[in-house]
Amino acid sequence: MIGALKTLIWRDVRQSYSSGGTWLPVIFYLSAATLFPFAVGPDRDLLLQTGGGILWIAALLATLLPLDRLIQPDLDNGLYDQLIVRGITDELIAFARLISHWLAFGPPLLFAAFLASGLMGLEGPPLVTLLASLAIATPALAGLAVMIAALTAGLRGAGALGGLLLVPLAIPLLIFGAGSLADQSGSALLFLSAVSLLLVAITPFAAGAALKAVRE
Amino acid sequence: MRDEGGDNLRAEALSCVRGDKLLFRDLSFALTPGQAGLVTGPNGVGKSSLLRLIAGLLDPFSGRIQTPASIALCDDRMALDENLPLQKALRFWSQLDGKTDDDCTAAIAAAGMGYLAEVPIRYFSTGQRQRARLARTFLSAANLWLLDEPANGLDTASVDLLGQSLQAHLDRGGMILAASHIALPIAFDLKLELAALEQLEAPL
Repeated sequence: MIGALKTLIWRDVRQSYSSGGTWLPVIFYLSAATLFPFAVGPDRDLLLQTGGGILWIAALLATLLPLDRLIQPDLDNGLYDQLIVRGITDELIAFARLISHWLAFGPPLLFAAFLASGLMGLEGPPLVTLLASLAIATPALAGLAVMIAALTAGLRGAGALGGLLLVPLAIPLLIFGAGSLADQSGSALLFLSAVSLLLVAITPFAAGAALKAVRE
Repeated sequence: MRDEGGDNLRAEALSCVRGDKLLFRDLSFALTPGQAGLVTGPNGVGKSSLLRLIAGLLDPFSGRIQTPASIALCDDRMALDENLPLQKALRFWSQLDGKTDDDCTAAIAAAGMGYLAEVPIRYFSTGQRQRARLARTFLSAANLWLLDEPANGLDTASVDLLGQSLQAHLDRGGMILAASHIALPIAFDLKLELAALEQLEAPL
């Protein structure tokens, strides 16, 4: 089982990095962060106050970009059917997809956030808090993306529906994640970790159930 | 009810419902090692559903299935990375199935695709894609091969080559259940003819 998991994860990660799918969210993230100072002007205090929140919203939007490539192509290709025939469960497939998606999505997004924070003038402790909150949240964002991609697989207009589904589900992450920037006690980061763990924990089961349902 | 890990393939009183349509009911048959079965019937009668049911991709509406431990399914989908050359794309499955690169090369040769091993799959023609699917099936070395229209798009020489691989699999003690409209050059021990139920039960 572990060997199969490694093979699956490695295939997906290699595919995302070689197809360039990994860099699209990064470029999107950087362009969103670049637009913001143009829109509100170069007022340093204003940028410092709002920049963290904007970078958080950009992270949520970047989550949406790879949705249609996460599950649908492999489903159409018959890959999942072949895995099921080999006795690999839907939950394990979803778990592998969660890990491989995070590997292709999390680290590049953190790198982009680091670059973009310069545009907002963030430095020192606020920068560390922002990167920490995003680092904690990226597994959950990857999990949400896998769940939503599995739920909307095979539907027409899956992209638009995916956006609608992500927004309410990501609100707890946004509240505690963006909230952690102004929170000195550190409890917002702990709440963020709890929400993130919960989303990661339910992803294999929710996405696995969705994969099972789409086969019927 | 589904029971995996026996030596034989056995179906007892199998019924299959798709959507709200009953495709077949009370279907019983058995294959023992070295035997091949052929499923025939008009389009849409449930041949593919029967194969998917045995593969474990669908749940039977009622009845029991006993299957051998390892199954390979060859349907109309590639399950191979389109951007990779055939040899590399097959390596993914050889790793999952615990096979070596030599097994990959042998499977590609058995499908008559040695000269295409380095060509990315997206350039393949219909017949070549079908042979790539067959190579993936040969590679798995599963006990039971479920083949859905395995000769679709194949030229005469390729059908003969397919026949040799199928016969070699049967000689090794493997089992084959195939749904095909094109005559396959092996002897079938079992013939299942599925007929549309509403024709049987149409009121006079």
